[in-house]
Formats: sequence, C-alpha cells, structure tokens
Amino acid sequence: MSLFLIIALPFLGALLPGLMIHTGRQTCFIITFLVTACAAIGLATHAPAVLAGEVVTAQLNWLPALGLNVNLFLDPLGLMFAGLILGIGLLIITYARFYLSRGDNMGEFYSYLLLFQGAMVGIVLSDNILMLIIFWELTSLSSFLLIGFWKHLPEGRQGARMALTVTGMGGLALIGGMLLLGQIAGSYDLTVILENRDLIQSSPLYVPALILILIGCFTKSAQFPFHFWLPHAMAAPTPVSAYLHSATMVKAGLFLMARLWPVLSGTDIWVILVCSAGLITMVLGALIAIFKDDLKALLAFSTVSHLGLITFLLGTGTSFGAMAAVFHILNHASFKAALFMSAGIVDHALHTRDMKRLGGLRRVMPVTFMIATIAALSMAGIPLLNGFLSKEMMLEEAFHTTLFGSPYLVAAVATVGALFSAAYSFRFISHTFLGPVRTDYPEKPHDPEFGLWLPPFLLVIPVVVIGVAPFLAEPFVKIVTQAVIGSAAEVPDAHFKLWHGLVPALWMSVIAVIGGLILLAAFAPLAKGWAAAPRPEAKAIFDRIIAAAVGFADVFADRLHNNSFTRYAAIFVTTVVAVGAHAWFTGVNGAPTREMLPITPIALAGWLMLILATGFLVTVHRNRLAVLILMGIIGLMVSVGFNYFSAPDLALTQISVEVVTIVLLLLALNFMPNVTPRESTNLARTRDIILSLAGGAAATGLIYSMLMSDFPAPSISEYHLANSYKGGGGDNVVNVILVDFRGFDTFGEIIVLGIAALVIYALTEALLSGPVRARLLNRGYEEARAGDAHPLMMVVLTRVLMPVVLMVGVYIFMRGHNAPGGGFIAGLVVAIAVLMQYMASGFTWADRRQRYPYHGIIGAGVLCAGLTGIGSWFANAPFLTSAFGYFRIPPMEKFELATAMGFDLGVFLAVVGAVMLSLESFSRLGRRAGIETSDFAMDIDPSRPEMGDDQGTYPATEPATGKES
Amino acid sequence: MELLVATAIGALTAAGIYMILRLRTFPVIIGMSLASYAVNVFLFASGRLAINAPPVLTDGIDTYVDPLPQALALTAIVISFGMTAVAVMLAVGSYLSADDDLINDPDVTDGARADNLSQTDGGAS
Repeated sequence: MSLFLIIALPFLGALLPGLMIHTGRQTCFIITFLVTACAAIGLATHAPAVLAGEVVTAQLNWLPALGLNVNLFLDPLGLMFAGLILGIGLLIITYARFYLSRGDNMGEFYSYLLLFQGAMVGIVLSDNILMLIIFWELTSLSSFLLIGFWKHLPEGRQGARMALTVTGMGGLALIGGMLLLGQIAGSYDLTVILENRDLIQSSPLYVPALILILIGCFTKSAQFPFHFWLPHAMAAPTPVSAYLHSATMVKAGLFLMARLWPVLSGTDIWVILVCSAGLITMVLGALIAIFKDDLKALLAFSTVSHLGLITFLLGTGTSFGAMAAVFHILNHASFKAALFMSAGIVDHALHTRDMKRLGGLRRVMPVTFMIATIAALSMAGIPLLNGFLSKEMMLEEAFHTTLFGSPYLVAAVATVGALFSAAYSFRFISHTFLGPVRTDYPEKPHDPEFGLWLPPFLLVIPVVVIGVAPFLAEPFVKIVTQAVIGSAAEVPDAHFKLWHGLVPALWMSVIAVIGGLILLAAFAPLAKGWAAAPRPEAKAIFDRIIAAAVGFADVFADRLHNNSFTRYAAIFVTTVVAVGAHAWFTGVNGAPTREMLPITPIALAGWLMLILATGFLVTVHRNRLAVLILMGIIGLMVSVGFNYFSAPDLALTQISVEVVTIVLLLLALNFMPNVTPRESTNLARTRDIILSLAGGAAATGLIYSMLMSDFPAPSISEYHLANSYKGGGGDNVVNVILVDFRGFDTFGEIIVLGIAALVIYALTEALLSGPVRARLLNRGYEEARAGDAHPLMMVVLTRVLMPVVLMVGVYIFMRGHNAPGGGFIAGLVVAIAVLMQYMASGFTWADRRQRYPYHGIIGAGVLCAGLTGIGSWFANAPFLTSAFGYFRIPPMEKFELATAMGFDLGVFLAVVGAVMLSLESFSRLGRRAGIETSDFAMDIDPSRPEMGDDQGTYPATEPATGKES
Repeated sequence: MELLVATAIGALTAAGIYMILRLRTFPVIIGMSLASYAVNVFLFASGRLAINAPPVLTDGIDTYVDPLPQALALTAIVISFGMTAVAVMLAVGSYLSADDDLINDPDVTDGARADNLSQTDGGAS
C-alpha cells in the first residue's frame, strides 16, 4: 500500500464515524476499527522490506520553489512508531467502545481519534521537515479536542487549553528551529539533512536551532520545565490518556530527538541540555508520583518520569544510550498503556480513582489485579518483565556517563529516580489491590466485561514474553537503533539477556527495589511531611504567567482597539505615511530622467475643475445631495483625463461606472438622512486635516517622482504589444490583455463582481424579512411628492433611446477586440439602458417586463466565460487559450471571429447581471405600503395637493436643527 | 503635465482620507470612492503619460501608452463599483435596522462631541 494511503486513510476515515453516529455505536466502532486495521495492514506489507534494510519512499512535488514537497519515507524507526500508533490504536479503539458511556458522542470521539492517528502517522513518515511541522501542529490540535472531549468538565477545558498553549508554544519554537536547520543544510528533506552532520554542527546557527528544536521536543514530551501540562491533560477520558499521553503523542518529542539524533547529538551542549532535562524530569516526576492519590495522576507523573528517562538516554549521545532509549520506548508503551487501561477499569467499576478509598480489590477484581500487577512490576523494574531489561540498560548507561565533571553524579541521580519509580509502582499495587476488602466502595466492584480487559491483557503479553526471552526483541531493537544513529556510530555489540553478572547496574537496581519497598512501608509519615512541605504549584504559576501576558496585551489592545473605527483608519493612515516618509527621506531618489510634458490650457481647465470640485466637496460635505453632484463632476473629469492621456477604454469604463454609481448613491440617499450633522471636535478635525494633507502630499510626491523617471526595468508591456495581434488576433491591446493574456484574472474578477451583487441581494432579502420591513412600509414622506412620478417626457425619451443604446452596446462589444470597447464597457452601457427604463416608469412596471432573473444572467455570464476557457482543452491547449480567424460572408465585409469573444460575452453578461441585480435590490427596498404601484408606463396623480398644503404629512421631528447648511 | 496629474491624485487622496475619517457612514463611502479615483488614476499613471498616442495598434507607429496598467485600472474601476455597492448596502441596512448611521461604537466618544452623539438625524440644509 502506498505510504500516501497509509496517512490518508485515518484522515479520510475521520469523516465516517462523525457522520455515521446515527447508525449506532457498534457501526461507528466497526468502521473506525476497520479504517485503522487497513492502515495497519498496509504498513505491515512494507515491514519485511524495511526490516531487510530497504527504505520505502513516496514522493510528490508540491511547492518545490518553497522546498515544500510531500515526501514520505519509511525506515525502521518510522516503522516502529507507526506500528505502535496503529497497533495500540486498535486496542484503544476497542477499549473505548466499552469505556464510553451512553451519554458520550462516540462518533465525535472516534473522529477526533482518527484525526490524531493520521497526524501522528504523518509525523513519523514525513521526509520533509516542513510537512512534519504541519502534522506536529495537527497532533496538538487534535489532542486539544480529545482532552476537552468532556466539555462539561471545567478541568477538561482548562487542561485542554493548557496543553494547547504549552505544546503550541513549543510548536512555534520548533518551526523556527526547523527553518534554521533547513537553512543550514540547504534542504528541507530529512534524508538530506541527516547526511550533513559536520556541516550542521559547525554552523554558528547550530546552537539556536538546537535550542528551538529542543523546546519543541520538551514541550511535546513534557520535559522539565514544561512537564506540568501532562498531569492536567489527564482530565481526558481514559482511552485518550492511554493512547495520547502515554503511548504515542508524548513520544513525538522523543521521536524527533531520535530522528535528528545523528545530526544534533554528540556535542557538549546537547549532552548538557538533554541529559540534565531528562534527569531532572525523571527524578521530579517520580517523586511527585509517589504522593499522588489519584490513580491517573500517579500514572501521569510516572509517565513524565519515564519520558525523562528516555530523554536522558538519548541525551548521553552514545549508541548504547540510543539503543536503550529505543528499547524503553517499546517497553514503556506496552506496560504504561496497560496500566492506564487498568486504572480506567477501576474508575469505570467503582466511579473513583482515589487510592484512599480503594484497596483490597485483588479478591473482587482478580483479572484486573493480574494485569495491573504485571504491568506495574514491569514499571518498577522487576526481573522477568520487560521494564527490568531497559532499566538495567539505563542504569548501565548512567554508570558510564559523566556530567558536569563528576563521574558519580549521574549514576546517583539515576538510582534515586529508579528508587522512586519502584516506590510508586509498589504503592499503585498495594494501595489499590492489596489489603483487606473494604465495605465502603462507592459502587460494587466487579471485573469488567471482556472488551475492557482484553486490550490491556494483550499488552501485558509482550511485557512478559520479552521479559523472559529478551533475545526475541534484540534483532528488531538493533535494526531500529541502526536507523536512529545512522552512519554516526556503530550499533553496540551488547546482547539482551537477563543476567549480566554482578555488574554495577545490578547493585543499583537492587538498591532501587529495596529502597522502594522501604519508602512504601514508611508511606504514611512521609505523605504527612509531603503535604506539609511548601512547594510551587505549577498550575498557579502557569495561570499567573498567562494572566500577566493577557494584561500586557490588554495595555496595547485597549488603547488601539477601542471600537472606534475612525481611530483605526487614522492609525492606518499615520502608519502608511510614516513608513513611506521614512523610505522617502532615507532612500535614494534619482534625478528626473523624463522631460515634463507641456501644460496645455485645456488640461489646466480640466485640472482646475477637478481640484475645485474636490475642494467644494470637502467644504460642503454635510449636504449629501450636493456631494453627489460634485462627485459627478470629479468622475467626469477623471474620465476626460483618461481620454486626454490616450486611454479611451478607461474613459468609457469610467464614465459608465460613474453613471451607475451616482444612481446607486441617489437610491441609498432615499433611505438615509440627507444631511451629515456636525459632530467632530475641533481637535479631531484638525487631526484629520493634518493627516489627509500628509496623505495627499505623500501620494503626490510618490506619483510625481514615478512619472518623472523611466521604468527601472524593461516593462512586460513590450511583450503584450508585440504579441497582441500575432497571438491574440486583436489590435486593442488592453482588451486582448483582459480577455486573453490575463483572461484567468478577468474570469476571477467577474466572479467577484457576481458575488458582490449576490451579497447585496442577500442583504436586501435579510432586511426585508426582518423588523425593518414594517418600518420601511410605514415610512412617511419628508418632502412634497411630485405630481408626475413617471413623467411623460422621460418615459418617451427612454423608450426611444433604448434600442439606440442597445445598438451602441452591441457595437462597442463587437469592436472591442480591435478598437476601444469590449465586454466590460458594453455591459455597463446596456445596464444603463435598462436602468433608464426603471427610472422612467418605476420598479413595478419594469420588473413585470423583466423576463430573465438577473442571478441567471450573472450565472450565464460566468458559465459562458468558463465554457469558452474549457473549450480550449478540446484542442489540447491550456485553459483559456484563444484562437481566431477571419471570415467573409457576402455581402458583409471581412470580419474576425475569435474564441476570446465568447469569453468577452461572458464578461458582458456578468457585468449586466451584477449591475442590475445590485440596483434592483436597492429599489425593492423603496416599495411602500399604501402607495399605488402603478402598472402604467406613465402616470399623473391628480389628487396631488397644492404645494405647501400638505405640511401635516411631514414627520414631526423634522427639521431637528437648522444650524447646518 | 505630470505635475497636474500628481497634484490631482494628491487632492483626491487627501479628500478621500478626510472623508473616511468622518463619523457617519455616508461620508465614509464617499471617501472610499474618492480614494478609488485616486488609486485608479495612480495605477493608470504608473504606465507614464502620453498625449495623442494611438489607442490601438497602428502600422508604422511604435509608441503607445502602456496597456498593462490600463487593463489593471479598467477592472479596478468595475470592481470598485461592486465594492461601493456592497458598502452602501451595508450602510443602508445598518441605518434602517439600528436607526443611526454612526461609524463607531456609540459608547466611544473618540473625536466626537458628546452632546451630539444621541442625535441621529441632521436638520434641513
């Protein structure tokens, strides 16, 4: 099975349980199980090849320019982790089926679980470190969802947030570290990076990259000082704790350290950082675990401690350490997942995990007792179980490790850690299962159903088998070790066996076990002392740090983000002008290289009108109707300017858009007050004037210096000019650019325009179906009404003009390819022709004669343009390739047909539809109750009172103040 | 001539910014439209100015106005109509449902005279 499929299966499968929950819990379970089983089988088919030394790869170039390729590879290390993830996943899925109660949404749970599974498999199979980071973040996210699965529990929510904050922060650091690593190695592919050990370790960026990557690994794998989130994540349902927080996700950090071991390890700083973090975590986690009364809390801190142990082993930087680490990852996954599941069984049966209320369960829950005891003894490091073997190797390694110049420091600390570890393991057995049977259990204890004890039972089988016959695991562990250390070192020649003779490690082990028993015997007084001792509470510290960060952010956010949009706009303008000014005054602005064109009187007149209109607009802006008139002048001048500077296409577009915009704003003004009150303070107005003058000066300076200098580099316009006729068959280069060279952009633009019109339509619908409808219908009139709402002269004129304007539209459309014109302009012109009918005879009259809905016209336009583009596929050309030819049908003159015209037709239709739909939506707002919606083309209202007689119909509030003019 | 175009763009920009900084929706929309004029002309002018150049390919002539900024500005003009229309619709909708056309949160007195904030409708001109 392709590696892509192995990763994709869980992700695709994640959709199924969530959707299928209505078919029942059993179906959900079976589906989830099958999906995982398929992926596991797919992985297993590769196992023989991988174990024989082959590396299975799958490659897909995605964004090669960014170094982001979907490259996967499966080597023994990836195989071990993927096997753990999918294998334990199968057990967890079974266990969860029986663990979750009827009230839990099992479909949702399984969806999250599969999402997590896919992300995790993605991490261990990624060859590209950028992709690895994406999967890494996905595990944080899915773990957040799973920890907070019981949304009603505040601990669950807080634990989930804390886990996300800590691992997310680590993820950010990891991104930085990985980017640095990629920079040093010159590639983001792991296989390349792993071969550049000397290059990476001699780089000055090695230390920053190492620290950032380690922060990522330590947060994920709960190493000191980031260990505190893991116990709080135990608020999750037990299957999650067993899966994510003991067997898989927390091992992702270890995986990455192992993966990058060949290039990162072996330096002094690696040994100091990783070894000490591992040792501190090991001892600290074990010490806290002893005194936890909650079964899951005890296991959580013991997990922290064991993760520390593995980190320490990787940190020693020796090949023996790496081998011990690999071996312990396997062993820990098996016994710890079994222990979590056992704790879940106890919780499930008795509804408590508090060891103070437990004890004596060995008689009433014999099966659970057997499983949990074997797993816990393995955790304590008792011979004949797999935990003993890897712990011996750890002690052996510790005995030979020198840290901070002291040969005995590491050995002593490791022994203490092992001692504590034995103590909490013994306490777990003794305080839960041993002792007299109690009479005050919250529920009647009983052994669970088959489905709950089978998964942990299956896990303790390897615990015993490997413990008794370690040589069975030896070949596999050595192959994985070879994959970890790569070419950096040789796999050590040590053999896995129970009895190595009276080596120091054995004595350390004996001390640990005896010490553990002594600690258990003296537990009661010790616990009292522990409870009385002052110690820092990690959650309180974390909460204080978060509160401080939020407070710090608030200082800025409250100042800047006070719900005053005017202030945001002012800040934006200030920033842009300031940055521009900085560039202007510090940069080099070459001398003008172009001659200024002479100023002609006619241009001066146009300029004067534009400047005067703009000035007037700002002065009288409170009179909104006057503003619209002045806007019309400005638009006209801009359009004339375009024409003057040899851009007739732009001039035509500008003037037709101008008409539509002014009509639109007039319609809007119909519903809004037509005067803006004076309400800015003088101070604010002064600020605004200064800001706008600065902005204007900046724009002037920028464009002036641009206009006076030549292009710094040759323009691509040369290409367009040269190829417009040859390649596009058109003389009008602007139009050929729109429909041919940049046709795909235009296609996007007409879609955007269509969406804008539909948004307007939807907003109108929403308004008209809400409370606004009644208000609109009952509005009074503020002004006296005209007697002839649809005046005769205008109606006649627009009817006569209609065919003429349509004809002009068609003409402009047809000639667009070779002369100024085209679909955009033709669309606007035709829209104006239709619009005139609405204005002359009213909405009702025009609407009844409108046979095709405007949505349909927009859709037809987009479809037409799209189909034209697709058409070129049939000629084996890329999307939107155009073809053209010249035809002659007597008696007409020779004319040109180009496929680009089909595209332009689409543009035309979309523009007509979009403009008309927007304006029609507005006019629908204008219909009111009690007014005849006449169907006559023109009408005169004879009932109109004489001017001034109908004061009573004015609204009472009008006029409010008269101080504006 | 370049000076005229540059100052015109500057004037339109300045007026646009000033209007965008007003406290009611209608002037802000006008400000956006003015700024769009400025930006469109700016885009067009970035192809440098030419007077009496032929707009279409003509035999024997090889100086044309840069067609690329023209194509950009042409679609920008049409799209800015779409944008203005949506903004106007939002403004009308919020005025009709909330009965005021303030841009800012009414509780914020930033830059506005306190005595005027309750007033939602102006007087006659």
